Amino acid sequence: MTNRKRVNVFGAGFTSALSSIIAILVGLAVGFVILLATNPAQAVRGVGIIASGGFNGGMKGVGQALYYATPLILTGLSVGFCFKTGLFNIGAPGQLIVGAFAGIWVGANASWIPSPLLWLAALLAAALAGALWGAIPGLFKAMLNVHEVIACIMCNYIGMYAVNYLIKNSNAYDPLKNQTIDMTRAAIPKAGLDKIFYSLKGRFMDASSVNGGIYIALALAVVMYIILNKTVFGYELKACGLNRYASKYAGIQEKRSILLSLTIAGSLSGIAGGLMYLAPAGGLHINVVETLSAQGFNGIPVALLGLSNPIGIIFSALFVAHIDQGGYYLQRLEYMPQIIDIIIAVIIYFSAFALLMRQAIGAIQSRLNSRSAKRREGLADAQEASKHD
Amino acid sequence: MQNSNAEFIIEMHGVTKDFPGIRANDDVTLRLRRGEIHALLGENGAGKSTLMSILFGLYKPDKGVILKNGKPVSIASPNAANALGIGMVHQHFKLVHNFTALENIVMGVETTRYGLLRTDQARRQVVALSEKYGLSIDPDAKIEDVTVGMQQRVEILKMLYRENEILIFDEPTAVLTPQEIGELMKIMKSLAAEGKSILFITHKLNEIKQVAERCTVLRKGRTVGTLRVADTSIEMMSELMVGRKVEFDLTKNPAKPTAEPLLRVERLTVKSKHNQKPLVNDVSFVVRGGEIVCIAGIDGNGQRELAHALTGLTPVDAGRIFIGDKEITHSTARARNLLGMSHIPEDRHTYGLVLDYTVEENMALKSYFRHPFQRHGFLSFAVMRGHAERLMRAFDVRAGQGPATRARSLSGGNQQKAIIAREMGELPNILIAVQPTRGLDVGAIEYIHKRLLAARDEGKAILLISLELDEVLNISDRVHVIHEGAFTANLDAAKTTAQELGLYMAGTRAKGANA
Repeated sequence: MTNRKRVNVFGAGFTSALSSIIAILVGLAVGFVILLATNPAQAVRGVGIIASGGFNGGMKGVGQALYYATPLILTGLSVGFCFKTGLFNIGAPGQLIVGAFAGIWVGANASWIPSPLLWLAALLAAALAGALWGAIPGLFKAMLNVHEVIACIMCNYIGMYAVNYLIKNSNAYDPLKNQTIDMTRAAIPKAGLDKIFYSLKGRFMDASSVNGGIYIALALAVVMYIILNKTVFGYELKACGLNRYASKYAGIQEKRSILLSLTIAGSLSGIAGGLMYLAPAGGLHINVVETLSAQGFNGIPVALLGLSNPIGIIFSALFVAHIDQGGYYLQRLEYMPQIIDIIIAVIIYFSAFALLMRQAIGAIQSRLNSRSAKRREGLADAQEASKHD
Repeated sequence: MQNSNAEFIIEMHGVTKDFPGIRANDDVTLRLRRGEIHALLGENGAGKSTLMSILFGLYKPDKGVILKNGKPVSIASPNAANALGIGMVHQHFKLVHNFTALENIVMGVETTRYGLLRTDQARRQVVALSEKYGLSIDPDAKIEDVTVGMQQRVEILKMLYRENEILIFDEPTAVLTPQEIGELMKIMKSLAAEGKSILFITHKLNEIKQVAERCTVLRKGRTVGTLRVADTSIEMMSELMVGRKVEFDLTKNPAKPTAEPLLRVERLTVKSKHNQKPLVNDVSFVVRGGEIVCIAGIDGNGQRELAHALTGLTPVDAGRIFIGDKEITHSTARARNLLGMSHIPEDRHTYGLVLDYTVEENMALKSYFRHPFQRHGFLSFAVMRGHAERLMRAFDVRAGQGPATRARSLSGGNQQKAIIAREMGELPNILIAVQPTRGLDVGAIEYIHKRLLAARDEGKAILLISLELDEVLNISDRVHVIHEGAFTANLDAAKTTAQELGLYMAGTRAKGANA
């Protein structure tokens, strides 16, 4: 027993990554079972297509995956940040759509702002509107102790219907397509990414929709990591999340932490909306439909798969977008669109069991440890014995 | 095994258990005779709880064998332990608060007919058991409405109802009044006389002296030895446990209190949120610099609410609190902290620590926002680590992986020492210490008492809220006895006795006590 301290065989970071990877493999396995059940002949090819994700479409496909990953990183950060404070932000869809509309409205109306800066102003408006939409449940929780899940769900619906109403009554509405107009002047700049992620159709460069937004998302993930792990503010937020009584005892203002946490989370989701919808003709537009934003809800599995760690969330968002693209290309086979949606949902939600996997790995590790310790001791005993012979 | 026979109902041989960074049990041997009361004595973190958790099936030993009646058994879960007739009263009771005593006793082994609960037969059995052993309970009272003593009797009946023959008591007297402790000792003796075998974990040497026949001493995870209690003195037991001589009577300098009080409380009242009943009822007192003032009383008589009101965790309904000349009745906890008030809370898991933070993060809980712990909003982890290392050395806080250990994985005693280190390390002007030595061993208690006295001699004001009569009498200068939220006596600690205190704790009102 020379080295008693070396117990964690793998290291904490590795354990976390490993648990996420195992969760993903379990998700893929379950997806494969559904593929088999619905169309056994093409199941193997199907799972290959899903696993290849965006790569099915060459560089353009990869670009599309990155484009879809952009809002997911941000909604994942939004949900994960709140998890760290002990709050469940299920309001990302509402914060996202409210932010998106604010951005589009500024993009369509603030014509006095010069074009190269307009997207930035629009994005700021998106962040502010999202922050407001997060602050509402935050206020309810802090002041009246209304559970944030209830307030967030209400805000989701209020946000969605209000935005639908506002779009139809604004100059940003395209009645022919029943969606928002193209954001030509306020589009997020491509930042050179269209020169990398395209596929050639003859001599035509078919560029993907990915834009500089991915840089913003990555930068914000790093910022959130620093806030959570290096600052006084993050220390207070995490203390509230881990033990609200002890943080009260330490003099931390819990109400302030709750309000700030949900406000910041809301602004992240708002930025997600801005980055999604501040797009020219080829990109996404807000459709006036009565559906809550999937990118908002998918922030939940992204945060869970990333174990609420901002850096982990980058990778889990990339994975979810990747699988989503896989589902898009799965249409090449004879799977019904609904089945594809089910398969993708199953994979994504099974992958969110990363925490469960981490516990399982922990249990296996401790068993391995005690076994190897026994072996080492057995060895030592044998050596002792042979010395005495 | 070669030398075991049926004289011993339980034997644990060569038990070893490792936790990250620490060997909690190292080749421990414990043999329990049929029908004896066997004490298990050891410092905090000596491995007593781990050993009992192994016997109760909560942990799996890395090495070693357990024999029952001479036959090896494997105890994989508390259910398996139960099947072998092993029952345990945990330090923190495992009762459902909104169930009745009877429901708690039968829970898990209910008699049913056609899937419906039948309690009449169970009730007869429980009543018979409680009469047989003098365990008076009210079977239909809800647990949340009964005293801690009765809750403990419910726990004991739970074991008896399951026909357990090996009973483990994990620090059963920590939560009881002196009178209740006497009762429990009687009950334990009558159980042993009926042939039950009892393992009794405790720090309190005089209790061992009172009831136990034999005593196994653990130190740093190893067995020091098993001795016959009748042949051993208290001094010897404590020396075996701690590994050095322990001073029982502290040398106490005469108190030199300042003229002006540092903490002043005027007609303080705190009411229950549910029914407006006063929990702290019109209480006034002062604490001067250089003295230790003690609030003595039975648990649940308003001490918690008083401490919370003083430290800003609970709003005050009436009355005023001053630090020096500054009124702080409605100040935040942070503001009081910055005015030099420090607080060792009663409940270390709920209030004292963020269990999932590391020791160094917990050590900074009251100072992280100050320079040099933070600069421009960023935490300095180097400063936090240095601070934690200093405090851990000064207060002998032992942790497997040093300051980076999660607070959750520290032993209970070390958790308590970590809190005390944080709260006393920076020498506050006013210290509110609520049961600062709860769950600690004699060595640690002696150390903390010395620290408190040293702080007193440096001119600090110390308010000690304690349930331990020895502690009250040994280290305090003045004593206020609290009963149902009001003071029943204001005494000079040097001129009072445990008997007198016990009387006032039970509600007798002394002349001149403020109403």
